[in-house]
This record gives sequence, structure tokens and C-alpha cells, in this order.
Amino acid sequence: MTAMPVSRRNVLKGSGGLFVSFLLPESVLSQPGRLPSPLNRRLSPSQLDTYLSIDANGVITAFFGKTDMGQGVDVAIAQIVAEELDAALDQVQIIMGDSALCVNQGGASGSTAIESGARPLRNAAAQARQVLLELAAEALQVDSATLEITDGQVHVAGDSSRRVGFGDLIGNSHFDVTLDWNGAIGNGLNVTGQANPKTTDQYKLVGQSAPRRELPAIIFGTQEYIVDIKVPGMLHGRIIRPAVAGAAPLSTDTSSIADIPGVQVIHVGDFLGVVAEKEWHAIKASRQLSVQWSQVSGPFPASNDIYDHIRNEPVARESGGGGFGPDVPLDRENLDQQMAQADTVIEAEYEFPFQSHASMGPACAVCDVRNGQATLWTGSQKPHDAQVGVAALLDIPVEDVRSIWVLGPGTYGRNDAGDAALEAALMSRETGRPVRVQGMRHEGSGWDPKGPASIHRVRAGLDVNGNIIAYEFMSKGYSAGDMAAWERSPSDTYVGMLTGWPNATVHRFGTPGDRYEFPEKLQYWQTVCPLLEKASPLRTAHFRDPLGPQIHFASESFIDELAVATGKDPIDLRLEYLQDPRDRGVLEAVRERTNWQSRVPGPEIANAGTTVTGSGVAYTRRGNSVVAVVAEVEVNRTTGRVWPRKFTVVADQGKIINPLWLRRTLEGNIVMATSRTLWEEVTFDSNNVTSVDWVTYPILEMEDAPEEIDIVLIDHDDLPPYGAGEPSTRPVTAAIGNAIYDATGLRIRTAPFTPERIRTLIERGLAADIENASDQSV
Amino acid sequence: MATVTLSVDGESHTLEVDADMPLLYALRDDLGKNNPRFGCGLAQCGACTVLIDGTPVRSCVLPVTAVNGEITTLNGLGSEAEPHPVQQAFIDEQVPFCGYCTNGWVMYSVAMLENNPEVTDAEMRRQFAGLKCRCGSHTAILRAVKKAADTMKV
Repeated sequence: MTAMPVSRRNVLKGSGGLFVSFLLPESVLSQPGRLPSPLNRRLSPSQLDTYLSIDANGVITAFFGKTDMGQGVDVAIAQIVAEELDAALDQVQIIMGDSALCVNQGGASGSTAIESGARPLRNAAAQARQVLLELAAEALQVDSATLEITDGQVHVAGDSSRRVGFGDLIGNSHFDVTLDWNGAIGNGLNVTGQANPKTTDQYKLVGQSAPRRELPAIIFGTQEYIVDIKVPGMLHGRIIRPAVAGAAPLSTDTSSIADIPGVQVIHVGDFLGVVAEKEWHAIKASRQLSVQWSQVSGPFPASNDIYDHIRNEPVARESGGGGFGPDVPLDRENLDQQMAQADTVIEAEYEFPFQSHASMGPACAVCDVRNGQATLWTGSQKPHDAQVGVAALLDIPVEDVRSIWVLGPGTYGRNDAGDAALEAALMSRETGRPVRVQGMRHEGSGWDPKGPASIHRVRAGLDVNGNIIAYEFMSKGYSAGDMAAWERSPSDTYVGMLTGWPNATVHRFGTPGDRYEFPEKLQYWQTVCPLLEKASPLRTAHFRDPLGPQIHFASESFIDELAVATGKDPIDLRLEYLQDPRDRGVLEAVRERTNWQSRVPGPEIANAGTTVTGSGVAYTRRGNSVVAVVAEVEVNRTTGRVWPRKFTVVADQGKIINPLWLRRTLEGNIVMATSRTLWEEVTFDSNNVTSVDWVTYPILEMEDAPEEIDIVLIDHDDLPPYGAGEPSTRPVTAAIGNAIYDATGLRIRTAPFTPERIRTLIERGLAADIENASDQSV
Repeated sequence: MATVTLSVDGESHTLEVDADMPLLYALRDDLGKNNPRFGCGLAQCGACTVLIDGTPVRSCVLPVTAVNGEITTLNGLGSEAEPHPVQQAFIDEQVPFCGYCTNGWVMYSVAMLENNPEVTDAEMRRQFAGLKCRCGSHTAILRAVKKAADTMKV
């Protein structure tokens, strides 16, 4: 074993393009309290010691280039690494999301932490096991075939007295093994060694429930969050946002804040902020500073017109394919012919609003820019992207920025944390001091990038026997993310857009993830241009299960409408058009678990009683993850309150790593999706977003939380694990909407299902009943 | 400026502060007591909650000069060696996701159960009105609080 040479910077050229590997500048290495040992590794995706090291005490450190947003990723990765090494779980610690210590595995991204993120660590650990066996054979003077490993001790099979610990074998050195790297950086990164990982029948730790290791620290108040980072000499920063979106600060009058000590105004381009020694002084100054803003006309339509606005807008991009791929032209001919043959055509249109990430804490970041280098502490779920963005903003080499992820409020995608990283960098550059930036509530709810608003038009042609012979699904809305690349480019951040970085609107959307096999099926999407191109509070970006809730609200509500139209049971109807055993499996399992009574959706007696109950089903796929949900709801026909009392969730996530935290993750998905379904809608007037706190952007209250979430897991030893962080989000809105129909006979096609909207639906339903009754009496 | 003396987790501190500054900033910025966290600054979410003489208070809106009583933060409530029953139940039920809001839920649960461990499900839901969790830990919170209530009844 030879230790890797220590050098300040190594730029390596790999087959995947230029990537950068480095050891830390001394100034960064000496940052207080942040650095674990061992550090003397050169980061290179093909080197085993980039992923694993073992210290003299036998403590195994795995370096993970993703982040754990609170779904048990840390413990699951530890289980996987410990399994391959035959170590005890508590021997393994995970360091994640630090650009100096972990290669870029894409950060938190598309529920891939386990599905793709664990692969290189599993393979590296398997290879490390082989190295340790060989070293032990030499140390114990035996054939390595006679050796076993138990809890990190290598010993002769049947003779545990002849043993040597991992720490004694490699604790003072490094793994010096080159792995076969696939050339990818980000989510797709993988390495393989000569040693094969275990097969599932050999698993002892993987597949077992294990609690999260960081929870005691959270609950006893010793966990450090991003908002708790303090750096010597640090200033507190706040940003000042315009009352009218798009307005630029022309001048400020510092005499207006003369009574607040130690405040400095930062006005760069159209970006305006303040810093102060004390946090409260920064807050006061941000509120009190007199600013002259440019006069601009309000850029937005009134929000109750947003869906008409989308319908009427010219199409910016249209495609029948995925959002990230090239345009896929629509082939309408066969569909139109088949639709023309139909005996009946059913059509419906659905509406879904802009939604805010609305993280519990508005975004926070700390940045220390000095001597041409920078250290960033960020809560962004993509710290490697923040590293690149900060370097670009500061115009310094990427390798001179160290980006350290610190647990923060849940981000759920590209929230305001990505913006804060670059805001802190700019303010530190301007002041020459470390700066901590945190938003206020109106920024966390009002100025974060939003999940896009959209409409969805669905049509189906039925033959005389009620068979679906043609199906068309169209989405039209704002781009799934009108920024090109998270915060990798300042162009995609609020501060970048205000300081001269050219805007780069990207148009992309998606199609339903179901596997219904209709004779003719056309799915496509259209995007429209942003309402305000630059630094908009309605910028769009990934929000937990991007596009999943809106698209599948439409697609799975419509299947329920078809069940009503054809007089079929909604589970039977779905099974009629599904072939894949895993798709069928979740539906069959949810039918059994709920003792589902086969029936056409709808109440037996319309308008009966104040509180009515119903059940609705939905099935969705996201990648390889398959989920079916049955929602049981109570609807109060007087108040309009919808209470989803119970959910039954059947999830097929491939091989299960940690059942306990898979269940908890699914439960969180269901509850958050319930909140988005019942309550969440970004509102705005012509000037700006008006949903700016928890009163104007309400989320689920405890009173409306489900009584029970019954979760059934389908485990597969013959499949890899599939991502679970998002897939069970997408069926929830349709399941609740379908249950509302079952309870009331009324179809809700606009989210969220607020009491006011339900009351309107019921009043319209009653009016229609009266009209029908008078028609019949004529 | 004003001089205030705060008793936090059993320790007394005297500070020179702006008279209009909320308690939260004295705790975090001046005393390094990080468990109460800024969520809204509007008393709408509960992330900043501390107990003052056992009553939950939103430290983000309470002027530091108006504080009168013994302040307890999450860190002062219990430890791994001697956990409060609510803390133990939150661990047993693996409640938090990101955990940013957990402080508020634990503090309100402690106050609620120390007042009445016989609290019903409906009453529990009502008393949690105005506390927010974005990650969706609600169902686990209810399980944990019921578990803690069972412990505290004995």
C-alpha cells in the first residue's frame, strides 16, 4: 500500500470530460470543526479510496456524493457498505455532500440515492473486502480462502482466536486500487471492481429495519443545521426584494438606517441586500432601508385567470417525448382515425396550480470568500452544483471552491437554497468577510422557484362495447424547470439574473408514467413562456416528484371518469389495460388489502347526509417504482372539508434495503402530497406573488392529517432497489379526487381541493340536480 | 438598548440588547442556543418554540425585554441519558424527516402532556393547530405523542 501523493490540485482528464480532483488548500483545511479524518485522499472516481477509508480503530468511512434530505439515506448506505464488508453497522460512518471529500454523484436527485447512488459504494466495498482478505491472509500466514469476516474482524474460519482487525490491516494506509469507472459524473456514476458484491441470499444487514442514526441528535438538540453555522468574523446578510416583481433598485438612502449599527448596503447590478454584525440589525435594516425602485408595470395576470392564460398562450415548445430529450414529433394520424371510429368520445380537462417548496426554514447559506478561494456551507441538495455556480459567479476556478452540505430544512428539489448559496458568495465577495444569508418567510414562500402551473386535456374514444380504442393526453403549462441547470450556472439563480448573467429559459415537460396499453395512445405536452423572464418569483423548478402530482391527477382521475362512463369497477378497468406483472401486482394487492368491493364509482344515494364517505384508487409508475393507493375520505357537504381518513399504499420498490425507513419515507410522501392536494396554491396579483406566509400559503394542519396510513411493501430479491423518495407522491391527488367522486358523485378537476372549492362543486351539483329534475318533469 | 437577564436551561445570562429584538435572536445569536429555529418570524409555524415556565412560547415574536420566567430549550429538556418521555417516544417512532420543525412539536407535546396525559386524539389534533411540518411527519407525531402519553399516565 502506498499513500497517494499529496498535492494541492490535480486536474485529471477522464473519458467523461474534464473533471477536477484536488486536495484542499491549507486555508480551507483549517476551517474550524468541519473536517473529519482521514483527508489525505486524492478524489478520483476510479480510485477505491475515494469511496472508502478505514482508520486505525477500524472505523469505516464511506464518502457519498449525494445528500440525505431526511429519508434514511445515511443508514441505508451504511447498511449496504457494512453488508459488503461484513462489518457491524455502527462501524460505518457516512460523509456526504462535501465537494472536498466526495465525488459528484449528483446530490439529492430524482429519488436515486439508493437506486444509483449506492452502486459505486456497494461495488467499492465488495472490492475492499477482497483487499482486506488478501492482507489478512498475509498477516495471518494462511490461505485467504480459509478466512471469514465478522464485525470487521478477519479470522480463520472456525478459529476466531486467529484474527486481525480492519484497522490493523489498513488503518495507517489507504486502499490503492483502481476500479473500472464508467466515465459518468453525477447520478450515473458507477465503478466496478474484480470482486462481485454479495447476492441477496447472503444479506444479513440489508433488508433489515434500522433506525436513523442522526435522530437522537435532532431530538436532543445537538444536531447542527445549516442555520447554525458560525464562522469567525461572520456578517449576517438579508436580501431586499421589490414589491413589484421585476422592479430594479435605482438608489438607496442610507440615512434611513443610520440608527442601526454596523450596516452595509450591498447594491450590485440590480441586486440589493444589507449586511450587519448582528442578525437582528440586518433584518431591521432590510425592512427600514429607503429604496427607490424602477417603475415597471405588473408582469402577472390575476391568478384566477391563470388557466385561461395558459390555454390562450402561444406554444413555446411541443413534444411527445421526455422533457430532457430532443423534440419527438406528434404522430396524430392513427389516433385521429381511430378516434373518428369511436362510438363515444369522453373528454375532460384538469387544472393544477403553481406550488411553492415552502421549506420550513427560508434558505440559508454561509460563504467565506478570501484570497481568491471560497468555502461555502449550503443546505442545497446539490452541493456540487452550488460549488460550480459559486465559482462561476466569483470567476475563480471550481477547484478553489469547497462546498459543504449541511443538513437544513427539507428542500424537496430546487428550492431557494440554491439561490442562497450564490447570494452568500456575492455578499462575502463585496464585504471581504464571511457572510451568512437567510431569507425571511415571505422569501421562502414568495420568492422560491415554483412547481409549474398547468392544464391537462384528456380524451378517450370508446367503441360500442365500452372498450377504449383511442387515448390522447395533452399537457400545457409552464416549463417543469425554466432554469437550465439548478445553481450550476449563475444564470439560473436570483442573484445571477440580477447581476448580468444572461437568462436561459429552458422548456420541458413530461407525460404520464403509466403502462396502459390502449390500441392507439398519444401523449404529448406544450410549454408556454414565463410570465416574467428575469428574477421572477414564478420561476419554475423541480419540486418533489416534478410534474408527477399534476400529470397523474389528470391521468388517474380520467381513468376513474372512464370507469364511470363505461360502468366498470375502476380497478378492473385498469387491469384490463395493464400487462406488466408489477403494475398488476400493486393493484391486485391494494384490492385485497382494502377488501375492495367491486363497483362503479359514485354514491349509492346522491346528496345523502352532511358527512359522506367514499374510496378512490390510483396507480402510478415513476421509473421502475410502482405504487397503488386507495384513499378513504370523508366529505362534509356543508363545510366542504375533505378529510382523507385512511390511505392504503402498496409500493413495489424492487429490493428493499431498510423496511422501517422505506415505510416512513412512503408515509411522508403521502402526507406531503395530501397537503399539496387539499391546500396548496401559489396566489398572485398583477404585481407579485401574494402567498407569502403560512396563512396565505396554507399547508396541512394536524387536524386534517390522516388517521391511518396502511403500507404494504412488495419485496423482490431478483430486482435492484428502486427510488422511493418521490414515487408515492404522484397517485395521491387523483386517489383523493376519485374518493370525493365516490362520496359525492361530483368530479373535481381543479387542485387544490379546498373547502371553498368543494362547497362550490356541491352547490353547482345541487343546481344541476334541480335542473335535471325539472328537465325530467317537462 | 436594554439590559436583560435570561435564565436558559438553568443558566443565567445578562445581555445588552435592542429592546425590540425578539427572544429568538438573543438565544441563537448571543447565547448560541440553536434549537429554537427561525421558520417564519410570524408565530405561524412553531419552529422557534421554547418553554417559559412550562408554557410554549414563540420566541420569534416575543420581545426579549418582555421575557419573564425560566426558559427551557429542546436541549435543556432531556438528554440521551435522561430523555424526556416525549423525546424518547419521538425516537422510538422515528418521527423527524429533516427535523427542522421537530423542536416545536416536541415542546408543544411536552406542555400538552404535562398538563393532561389523558388528552384525546381529537383534542391533540386541536392543540397542535398552528404548528407546521413540511415533510409530512404528522402521522408519526400522533403515534409518538400517544406513546408518550401512555408513559406519562403511569
